[in-house]
Amino acid sequence: MASSAVRALMKNSTLKRGATFITSITEARPYSQHGVREFSCGYALWNASGRSSTFESEDLLRNLSKVVPPATRRLSGEPEKAFTDDEDSEVLDYPGAKTTFTHELKFIPENAAEPVPCYRLLNDFGQPLPWAQLPQMDAELARKIYSHMVSLQTMDLIFYEAQRQGRFSFYMTTHGEEAINIATAAALSPEDVLFTQYREPGILMWRGFSLESFANQCFGNRDDLGKGRQMPVHYGSRELNYFTISSPIATQLPQAVGAAYGLKMDNADACAVAYFGDGASSEGDFHGAMNFAAILETPVVFICRNNGWAISTPTNDQFRSDGIVVKGRGYGIRSIRVDGMDALALYSVVKEARRMAIEESRPVLIEALTYRVGHHSTSDDSSKYRNKAEIDHWKLVRDPVLRFRKWIEAHGWWDVDSEKKIRSEARAAVIAAMNKAGRKEKPHLSALFEDVYDSVPSHLKEQDSQLREVIARHPEDYPTDVPTQ
Amino acid sequence: MALSQGIMAASVVDCCSRSWSALALGQNVGPIRWISLIVTKTRKVLTIQASTAEEPASFGPSSQKLWTPKLVTNAVATKQDAPATTGAKGGHELLLFEALREGLEEEMERDPTVVVMGEDVGHYGGSYKVTKGFAEKFGDWRALDTPIAENSFTGMAVGAAMTGLRPIIEGMNMGFLLLAYNQISNNCGMLHYTSGGQFTIPCVIRGPGGVGRQLGAEHSQRLESYFQSVPGLQMVACSTPYNAKGLMKAAIRSNNPVILFEHVLLYNLKETIPDEEYICCLEEAEMVRPGKDVTILTYSRMRHYVLQAAKTLVSKGYDPEIIDIRSLKPFDMYTIGNSVKKTHKVLIVEECMRTGGIGASLRAAIMENFFDYLDAPIGCLSSQDVPTPYSGPLEELTVVQPHQIISAVEKMLSE
Repeated sequence: MASSAVRALMKNSTLKRGATFITSITEARPYSQHGVREFSCGYALWNASGRSSTFESEDLLRNLSKVVPPATRRLSGEPEKAFTDDEDSEVLDYPGAKTTFTHELKFIPENAAEPVPCYRLLNDFGQPLPWAQLPQMDAELARKIYSHMVSLQTMDLIFYEAQRQGRFSFYMTTHGEEAINIATAAALSPEDVLFTQYREPGILMWRGFSLESFANQCFGNRDDLGKGRQMPVHYGSRELNYFTISSPIATQLPQAVGAAYGLKMDNADACAVAYFGDGASSEGDFHGAMNFAAILETPVVFICRNNGWAISTPTNDQFRSDGIVVKGRGYGIRSIRVDGMDALALYSVVKEARRMAIEESRPVLIEALTYRVGHHSTSDDSSKYRNKAEIDHWKLVRDPVLRFRKWIEAHGWWDVDSEKKIRSEARAAVIAAMNKAGRKEKPHLSALFEDVYDSVPSHLKEQDSQLREVIARHPEDYPTDVPTQ
Repeated sequence: MALSQGIMAASVVDCCSRSWSALALGQNVGPIRWISLIVTKTRKVLTIQASTAEEPASFGPSSQKLWTPKLVTNAVATKQDAPATTGAKGGHELLLFEALREGLEEEMERDPTVVVMGEDVGHYGGSYKVTKGFAEKFGDWRALDTPIAENSFTGMAVGAAMTGLRPIIEGMNMGFLLLAYNQISNNCGMLHYTSGGQFTIPCVIRGPGGVGRQLGAEHSQRLESYFQSVPGLQMVACSTPYNAKGLMKAAIRSNNPVILFEHVLLYNLKETIPDEEYICCLEEAEMVRPGKDVTILTYSRMRHYVLQAAKTLVSKGYDPEIIDIRSLKPFDMYTIGNSVKKTHKVLIVEECMRTGGIGASLRAAIMENFFDYLDAPIGCLSSQDVPTPYSGPLEELTVVQPHQIISAVEKMLSE
């Protein structure tokens, strides 16, 4: 086919006798997997008489510039149109990327010229910024948000001290991240399924998890929903759509995508929400989850609490990108950076992100900038790796609870008396809940062997009876608050 | 019913009281079975026992007597008096991977919450064609093609399972699921427990494993040894089209996370399986060939090597009892125990490595429960503790071969 076409061309051409030229031979192939009619371009060397032959290298070089390099590309079907002078305007349609060519040897800089700006509505003193468009929030909602933030802060303070006194073995506080906990929870609906890291108990609190339930879990007593099987702060509640926390970092992220996949299948008016910290963005699961979420177009909202520290690792040692927000673009995910200590901004952002996730069935990434005022946990002493002045500044001057309080006070929805009242009430409630939980029995011995499987298999029944035999023989060596009967 | 030689039933029951625990708790054991168990202690085969046992048959599934399969809707062990067999009249012939596909397809039709996810399971139809046609039939959301991130799609399955779906995760090769180890052990295995029973993870993790033909070390992994100590997981290994389909269906219906081990070399095994619906019990071992001289415990591809060796052994006059243990976690100590009490000699033939393999655990379990019944130390033939080499002859040397099984049995029975 090719040679007859070329010969016909040559017959009609005005080429001088003896001149050699290079032309492209096109051969149509059926539609490829990408739906593109691919043509392969090769080139043959023809002399004026229509027979291919060898020729001088100079001629070759001279004529090569006229030849388009072999590439598969969309052609109009007219081979002549394959040749253009402006090669940069040609479209490259490799399966991996469909873009234009460039002749500039230019690398994309590792960071953009400016860091991504951060969305905020209230300044550090709780005053609305001049251009801020505040969300719709009435007095009741504002007071509810504030009182939950106070409850959370109080619970953290008292439970932390309780751990120090040996009442339970472990605790993690959310100081500095109260706004992230409560304001984001307020923007979600109860059907949204939550996959959290461990610094988000406020969301459970917002949904109605009682102080006693928190205390039960920390004590691991018989009323703990987890039946004493998980570390403190690893809450879980099926009823409140809050999945039991698992300690390894970032493992909840692909799980959130899976849940969103299920929600999308059901066409539910709900999304999956995954919380994680700055350190978690280094985990492989973060990458996998973001990638999957983008490909599957699942309604999942990723909320990153960038609090500057992953135990003792500051963010500069965790990643070199401009935070986590820019990673969204790396996966094709819409993202935004927000002030994580501004309750109003968080509320607005999460509301909008949730709407986008559900209506457009897409993942959204929110990076909430904040500061981890407390230690990583009760097993950590952060004064070892950061200075006290820095911690105090964030604790006292940049407290998100205080900031929101200033805003509601300015609206006349709060005052000093309400503050005194709520603080003392919260304190009393937390202490009462803790004392009540501390007096309860531990879970029954059979809770050790149940729920490993849907029913207790024979080898576990054997192990259970062997254990009971040993306890019966040496009761003094076993705890008295674990009922065996 | 008189017992011979004045052995008191009470004292017999007493010695094996610990062994009874496995079967006495909640299991439906008919009276005939009890008597046959007591009787075997005297090493006499009475007519009572013979009438309840199957006809002594030559081995292999197709030569077992006719068994009408009964649809069992719960996957928790319900002991059958007859072994799980095939050989129903009629039926259709197919290859193992087609049996897996049939089981999977039936379950996906039956239950809209069953989904499959993995690499190339959608439009490509699966690397071993187990999900061929599923994307067209069920849509590419229920036969989901995932990017290459095993830990992530296993995590996805855990999240989906917790919201009410029943996902099946296909690892292109079992060895790749090592990348998903965290999600499998820390999450699949644990979350039902740590959530206090609030969340269940009814997922199935499956894929081809075992030593193939010159696939190299990374593609020749035997993950059953790595996963066996993870609490919360159930593990089963299929070896024939019949049990592949049955186990697949049972695993999907189970509310526990189940790992279904398929073998890369068994996908083209052909067999006639029943037309009617059936499932296999997940916790049950399969009596492949009843015998009396030695109990050979095996699973997956080694079953076929054992059967091959058994031909020679039978021709030499030995009578091995071959059990395909099928359930790798938990072990079916009921079937295994009965066999040990009958033959008093055990040989385990497995493809796992010697150290820390299924054979190692099985030996410990048998010794712990049935020590009094053993006449000889438990033999165990396993693969060498080396990464599987690519070179064909070297690879053969790392895996147990039929002649080794023959000589091990001969040695055991000559002592």
